[in-house]
Amino acid sequence: MAFASIYVPDFSIQAVVRAEPALRQQPVALVDGCPPLERVVAINEAAARGGLDLGMTKSQAIQFRSIAIRLRSRVQEEAAHAALLDLGWSVSPRVEDTAPDSIVVDLTGLASLFGSEETIAPLLARRASDLGLSVHVAISSNLEVALHAARGFPGITVIPPGEESRRLGALPVQVFSPPAEMIEILERWGVRTCEALAKLPVLELSERLGQQGLQLRQCARGASLRSMILAEPKLCFEEEMALEYAVEELEPLAFLLARLLDQLCARLSARSLSACAIRLRFELDNSSENESAPPLNPHVGGREVKIYEKRFTLPVPMRDSKMLLRLLRLHLQSDSPHAPIVRIFLAADPAAPRVRQEGLFLPSAPDPEKLELTIARLANLVGNSHVGSPRLIDSHRPDAFEMSRFIPLHNAPETRQKNIDVPGDRETIAAFRVFRPAPRAKVTLREGRPVHISFPNMHGKVAAASGPWRTSGEWWREDAWHREEWDVEIDRPSLSSANTIENSSSVEAQRGIYRIYYDTLLQAWFVAGMYD
Amino acid sequence: MAVNVAALRSQLETALAGRLPAPFARLPIQAETAPFNIAEIDKLTGGLPHGGLTEISGPCSSGRATLLLSALASRTAQAHVCALVDGRDSFDPHSAAAAGVKLEQLLWVRCRDIDQCLRATDFLLQGGGFGLIALDLSVLPPKTVRYVPLNVWFRFRRAVENTSTILLLLDQESNAGSCASLVLRLGLEPPRWSASQTQPTPFPPNPCAHLFDGSQIHVELVRSRLRSAEGGHKVRSLARMNEAGLVANFRTKTKWGDFRKTVSESK
Repeated sequence: MAFASIYVPDFSIQAVVRAEPALRQQPVALVDGCPPLERVVAINEAAARGGLDLGMTKSQAIQFRSIAIRLRSRVQEEAAHAALLDLGWSVSPRVEDTAPDSIVVDLTGLASLFGSEETIAPLLARRASDLGLSVHVAISSNLEVALHAARGFPGITVIPPGEESRRLGALPVQVFSPPAEMIEILERWGVRTCEALAKLPVLELSERLGQQGLQLRQCARGASLRSMILAEPKLCFEEEMALEYAVEELEPLAFLLARLLDQLCARLSARSLSACAIRLRFELDNSSENESAPPLNPHVGGREVKIYEKRFTLPVPMRDSKMLLRLLRLHLQSDSPHAPIVRIFLAADPAAPRVRQEGLFLPSAPDPEKLELTIARLANLVGNSHVGSPRLIDSHRPDAFEMSRFIPLHNAPETRQKNIDVPGDRETIAAFRVFRPAPRAKVTLREGRPVHISFPNMHGKVAAASGPWRTSGEWWREDAWHREEWDVEIDRPSLSSANTIENSSSVEAQRGIYRIYYDTLLQAWFVAGMYD
Repeated sequence: MAVNVAALRSQLETALAGRLPAPFARLPIQAETAPFNIAEIDKLTGGLPHGGLTEISGPCSSGRATLLLSALASRTAQAHVCALVDGRDSFDPHSAAAAGVKLEQLLWVRCRDIDQCLRATDFLLQGGGFGLIALDLSVLPPKTVRYVPLNVWFRFRRAVENTSTILLLLDQESNAGSCASLVLRLGLEPPRWSASQTQPTPFPPNPCAHLFDGSQIHVELVRSRLRSAEGGHKVRSLARMNEAGLVANFRTKTKWGDFRKTVSESK
């Protein structure tokens, strides 16, 4: 049995750097507290070398010009911790959630999947790097030893069975995080390393430091035993970012969304999952006076905030962060929050990745991810309601249909070929064009039949007419219809002299066969469309 | 430079003499086509060329939409994903369903003006993978379509080249010019009315019995790269076009035509 402990040094800083990768090589300090009494609570190694110390005030820290000062973000720490757990679950279902910055993974039975312990340790470090975390990995047959070795040794450490005491010997006693007074006592005794602590006699140590001292000695000898406390695997992929300054424009917002999406997709990838929907929530600046901004939501965090919330369902599961960003951008272009954003929350609903084998005899079809992007672009251009697949409605109402989301089927082509080889063997259905909205027409009647018709940009004599075909329905509704339809052939028409149709929404008509109708409710004639 | 290239070419031809008959000769490309599902048109044109721009022009009621629906029905039946960029939101889904178009395989983009149409077509061509993309500008005024620069059609043609996509353009006047691989001009013959055989007057006593039965569409083949490759045609006059087999006629029927035929046969 072997355990791998994964430890994230400078966890608070790494949580912030994970969302802002440009800071990775820079000295960084985190400040926390109520303004103006903010103090430095975490610094990385580069910042410490630069002279910064914990406990300094923010105003003191600002004097170090080369050091990047950031606010400590608990939401980013939670997201980093979730990413750390995802890393553990990506290799084993048995993971202990030891601390925000540490997890322990049970490696039992993983040899057949990933190879030996020497192979698994670099794999974990690599995957952590993909998730934006720089970690220490230690593997040992003893859980506590793995945990302490990860905290004490940088990089990758593999401790063979029986060598726990020797390898831990060089570590300082502070690695066990004992109480401050105990460290002071041990310091007075001249006990600074685990090796020295392990050599202390049991009885005398027990008399002076009690059970706590004995436990510490057991740890130092690598003989401490405890059971693993398993964490329940969660499928929760959420990332959040609180902004110091409100973001108003799409470009900087897209930049921030790209970071969050990269993190989300890396986590999904670690769990071999994809996203079937993306949930987006913006907390908007309250001071904005924009009328089109969403209404106040009084119950978020005990204060009044405006919330912009959207859920984007994806036609196929995907985890390409660039593609998802383009989709979000297009949606936000067409439906923007209309107020500065102070907090971004992004979550992915997980789903199994799309696995599809293309059929040998199936025609090529648009790539689903590309198709979704194309549809989003089209929706941005012509509006959501104007793109999709038409679906007929079971109704007698003229032109009854609805637009549905376009999700092409991947059926096999029809094998039955119609007999179309002989010319004149069959006739084709005459197509009809609908004029939306139907233009009003002036119709002259003789003996109840139309003999002359004129509507925008067209007028002419009726050469032949068939009708009236009376239809009506849904009288109980406000939009009931009752019409008398005629099919008319308009001959020898003439275009109106003012043929300035470029800027008009009316339809330019010429000689042809039209369907006109008299709306008995509106008491007016309209042109429904034309046979074409 | 040109001299060097010519010299190199002649050297290579000399070196390969006897082994290859014409090393630099362009082999004729066997263009793939898809049927319209209208026998007369398929016989006339050989079908819709893949990877090319097909232009169908004609006045109102000349059967452009009928041809479009027929092509869409043919492609969707073969499980291809099709897209229709509708210039004035005039597509009738009921007609399409009656013509056999599988609506679930059709992406309908309902545009309001020509700019939207051209941009939507650009997006669809960039997306790729469509079996047929139809750009229906036939309800837009000819003057508006005439203002579309020629490089737009050229760009569209280049976008579909070497793909299996068919780009179909419908308008009132031919605009794409030499960018189109196939150009058809349609015209409306006198329509058929059910009572006209027995009663020549347009206003019979009972207009309800006087039904629009369908029409005959006249098709002229104005340009075809396929036909040119086979033998070429430069004829202009209708008589010579008839002789060369560059015109065809096909009949359309209304949705109720079959129903009426069934009723009359049962009587």
